[in-house]
Amino acid sequence: MIRENQRRFGFDWLTIIIYVLLVGFGYINIMSASHNGEITNYFDMSQPYGKQLIFMGLSIVLIILTLSVEAKFYERFASIIYIVAILSLLGLFVFGKDVNGARSWYGIGSMTIQPSEFAKFATALAVAKYISDIQTNLKTIKDQLKVAAIIILPALLILLQNDAGSTLVYASFFFVFYREGLQQVYIIIGFSLVVLAVLALKFGLTATGLIAALIIFGLFFFRRKKRASILQPILILIVSLVFAFGVKLFYNNVLKPHQQNRISLWLRLEKDPAKLERMKKAEAYNLIQSEEAIGAGGFWGKGFMEGTRTTGKFVPEQHTDYIFSTVGEEWGFLGSASVVVLFTLLIIRILYLSEQQKSQFSRVYGYGLASILFVHFTINVGMVMGLIPTVGIPLPFFSYGGSGLWAFTILLFIFIKLDSNKINEW
Amino acid sequence: MRKLLLLALVVLVGFAFIGRLYYLQVYDSASYNPLNDSAVRKVFTYPKRGYVYDRNGELLVANQPSYDVMVIPREVEEFDISEFCALLKITEEQYHKTLDRARAYSPRLPYVFLSNLSKEDYAFLQEKMRKYDGFYIQKRSIRTYRKTIGANVLGDIGEVNQAIINKDPYYSKGDLIGKQGVEKTYEKILRGTKGIKFIQKDRFNRDLGPFKNGEHDTIAKPGKDITITIDSKLQEYGELLMTNKRGGIIAIEPSSGEILAMVSGPTYNPNLLVGRERSKNFNKLYNDSLAQPLFDRGLQAMYPPGSPFKTINALIGLQEGVVTPQDKFRCNLGFNYGNRKMGCHVHRSPADMNLGIYESCNAYFANVYLKIMNKYDSPAKSMDVWSNHVKSFGLGNYLGNDLSVGQPGKIPTANTYNRAHGEGRWYPTFTLSNAIGQGEVLATPIQLANMAAAIGNRGYYYTPHIIKEIQDDTIPSKYTTPNYTSIDEKYFEPVVQGMFDVYNKGTADMVQIPGIEICGKTGTAENFAIIDSVKTQLTDHSIFVAFAPKDNPKIAIAVFIENGYFGSRFAGKMASLMIEKYLKNEITRTDLENFVLRYSLEHEYKKPFSGEPFGINRETILDPISDEEFEALQRKKRRIDSK
Ligand SMILES: [Zn+2]
Repeated sequence: MIRENQRRFGFDWLTIIIYVLLVGFGYINIMSASHNGEITNYFDMSQPYGKQLIFMGLSIVLIILTLSVEAKFYERFASIIYIVAILSLLGLFVFGKDVNGARSWYGIGSMTIQPSEFAKFATALAVAKYISDIQTNLKTIKDQLKVAAIIILPALLILLQNDAGSTLVYASFFFVFYREGLQQVYIIIGFSLVVLAVLALKFGLTATGLIAALIIFGLFFFRRKKRASILQPILILIVSLVFAFGVKLFYNNVLKPHQQNRISLWLRLEKDPAKLERMKKAEAYNLIQSEEAIGAGGFWGKGFMEGTRTTGKFVPEQHTDYIFSTVGEEWGFLGSASVVVLFTLLIIRILYLSEQQKSQFSRVYGYGLASILFVHFTINVGMVMGLIPTVGIPLPFFSYGGSGLWAFTILLFIFIKLDSNKINEW
Repeated sequence: MRKLLLLALVVLVGFAFIGRLYYLQVYDSASYNPLNDSAVRKVFTYPKRGYVYDRNGELLVANQPSYDVMVIPREVEEFDISEFCALLKITEEQYHKTLDRARAYSPRLPYVFLSNLSKEDYAFLQEKMRKYDGFYIQKRSIRTYRKTIGANVLGDIGEVNQAIINKDPYYSKGDLIGKQGVEKTYEKILRGTKGIKFIQKDRFNRDLGPFKNGEHDTIAKPGKDITITIDSKLQEYGELLMTNKRGGIIAIEPSSGEILAMVSGPTYNPNLLVGRERSKNFNKLYNDSLAQPLFDRGLQAMYPPGSPFKTINALIGLQEGVVTPQDKFRCNLGFNYGNRKMGCHVHRSPADMNLGIYESCNAYFANVYLKIMNKYDSPAKSMDVWSNHVKSFGLGNYLGNDLSVGQPGKIPTANTYNRAHGEGRWYPTFTLSNAIGQGEVLATPIQLANMAAAIGNRGYYYTPHIIKEIQDDTIPSKYTTPNYTSIDEKYFEPVVQGMFDVYNKGTADMVQIPGIEICGKTGTAENFAIIDSVKTQLTDHSIFVAFAPKDNPKIAIAVFIENGYFGSRFAGKMASLMIEKYLKNEITRTDLENFVLRYSLEHEYKKPFSGEPFGINRETILDPISDEEFEALQRKKRRIDSK
């Protein structure tokens, strides 16, 4: 039918086009963010823009490899790929290289490889494999625990290497579990816990307790069922309070000062002007600079390589995690809104394709892909615009970096391959 | 449902992000201007401020270099503060206070930490400054006044305040701007245009090179020199005469409206308001509520003009045809109306216009005024006709000149009395004091000088102005276009003759200058002070208005001396001396000059504050200064002459 015509070789070209646009536009912005005056040699391997070009070239090789492997291969070897990924994470403790306090890289010559990036698609494969098993039933506690273990294992290893941002990404699999049958109550509980945590930090325990009590008892009396015990809401309230207390405790005693400050800035907890001033030079510095850069872009943007804040390198790490601020300054509302639209379209397209899959493995994998992209995109762009606390993770396809680009490329193209295979099965 | 959760979230986040982008980039952001871009360093080059010359080409105001200590707060590193403060001769408290203020202004931008170092301090500090990160010395140009005269005329420049910065984007913190006088009115011409160099910075505030290859850069355009209408010699002489007195002298060239001298006493040395001490000295002058040196009495002192105003009533009477120069009116030591009397002094009676003017007869002018007021159907109509005639002499409103301060004076209209008494419920006799320039009539010395010029010109005047020439430019045409009064030329001659006879045989015959035909008119203004909440009368202000020579006058002058008593006592003498000085450049009436220099009025100004009862007018005495002081003034006078 029409779809058949659009699908030369069976690939979803719309997804591929968005991918190419994002990577290409990302490269343009990396040039802006990393050039020093003028670019004389685009292949200057000492500069990020030069390296990124090589990364992009290698990505083409990876795409060809990924697409030429039999689709069945991924399902069949999912477990092995997962085990290899876990081993490579473990290996970091022995052979890893410290960069900025995080032990997340393997050094190969002048190149570095970050296995945590690759662990994402390995985990996605493993989760897809496990859930698509006929015997798995996500409504049972036993299987819930098992599938949780699949994601907690790499997440824990990454956390131990001091990369809290990447750890957070593994939470995205909750969307997959929910789609595949996890009870609604988990989502409600998850959502409630987040709200409770924010309330506890922002307004303190007493206010949180009052608000929680009001809601819990309100719901109880409003939706009262016959012979429901009053004990139930009391129990829920106690658990909530214990959790809120735990959050406070965690915030005060476990989080490192810079992490505390990031949250404090986000929730505007700090009232002492002197301390705020100090934060502006430390934790908030990046955020302020990046917001200013985005704001300076205006509607039309200042144009390619014309951003004064980008040229002046006002935003630290602008070519990696803060690349979106370059888009904001040089391409304005027009450019940055387009990037947001592209990402949104990409994720929606993947969700749509996933739902079309006949094999549950493909569907779960696609859902995992969409969830990972969504969490990355939301956290990164939200952080750069000051909507959520600072968490250092890259913007997929866009940020500078070989491991990230390659891992996301493989992640995406495995799905494109799986999706193309659906036709063949017909 | 399960399929929709993530989809819904994705769409939601997409909209939220676009909304946030809209807020940051469209709603909350102004259009781009490299001037407001904190990623771009602005380096200003200040042009030479235009010089000010007097009408004879003498340089009055020039520039001298000045050195400011600047600070960029966030570049300040730790160092020995006490040593640094000792070097700059400031206290540590001042150091912290200024630094806090600089930080509050902006941590990234240069801020004037200490302004106007002396040349010696600069030489000494320049080398040592390198030790202190964040501080540097910036050279700037400030004013120097070649003659210590005309502080009220020339004005001064000082640091621009925040209100102006907000209003005019040209100025930025630390810029200098004209604050008073010519410096203020001709600020835009004198200052030129500063040049701006834009430099791309990085976040460590290091320069990366010219911003966009310098396409936004501008070069400084030097300020233009101006020539002002002041005759600095006459100005200096006027200020000498004003010593120990308070008041104003305004001299105008009637054929052009050019202001020849503009004296306000007490005055001060304009160099006081230059450099590091400016704000301290300014506050001192500003807070002197007794002598009020910053109050320009020539431009801002509004008083009932008294007798000089009678000439206007004579002119209106002639123009309206209610009186001829030959009509005579009886004076019986004054004018009786109802059960009241307007007093006069002993003189021949009855009086025609000539006698009326040179004897300044109140009864004569009461009659003329009432005739004017009765000409039309209603007093209100007559009053408005009269008022319009008076205003055509530049009275009762701002002159529209190019001086930085001024007052409108006041000329009543029918409305003034309608408001006070009710429409149709007042009569000409209610307003009789207008006949002799008292009551509702108020004028400033510059308005009176201009009035004298209009009479001397027989019916027109040029708006008084201070600008004579602007380098490579012309002065505004409103200063070269005559303003005609509503009185026909033919009616002026009898009035001029009357004013001439004031000198010949009238109230000013003692202040004649041999060889110069001067026309003038004495005046006094009653004035009051509130002492212990009691309205107390003080000695009259001495007023004199004149022009000379009688035909084709070269100078018109108004002199106003606070508490100087009758018109010819101080003001008349000073007017004659000024006229002689200007027309002949020598003084023959040294007796007049010695009188003016010898007698101080300071004792008069102390009276209201003495806490004791005091006499005024008739009971006041002349208070000579010491011989040494007098000698000093004489020496000063000879110095003026020798130039
Ligand atoms: Zn009389």
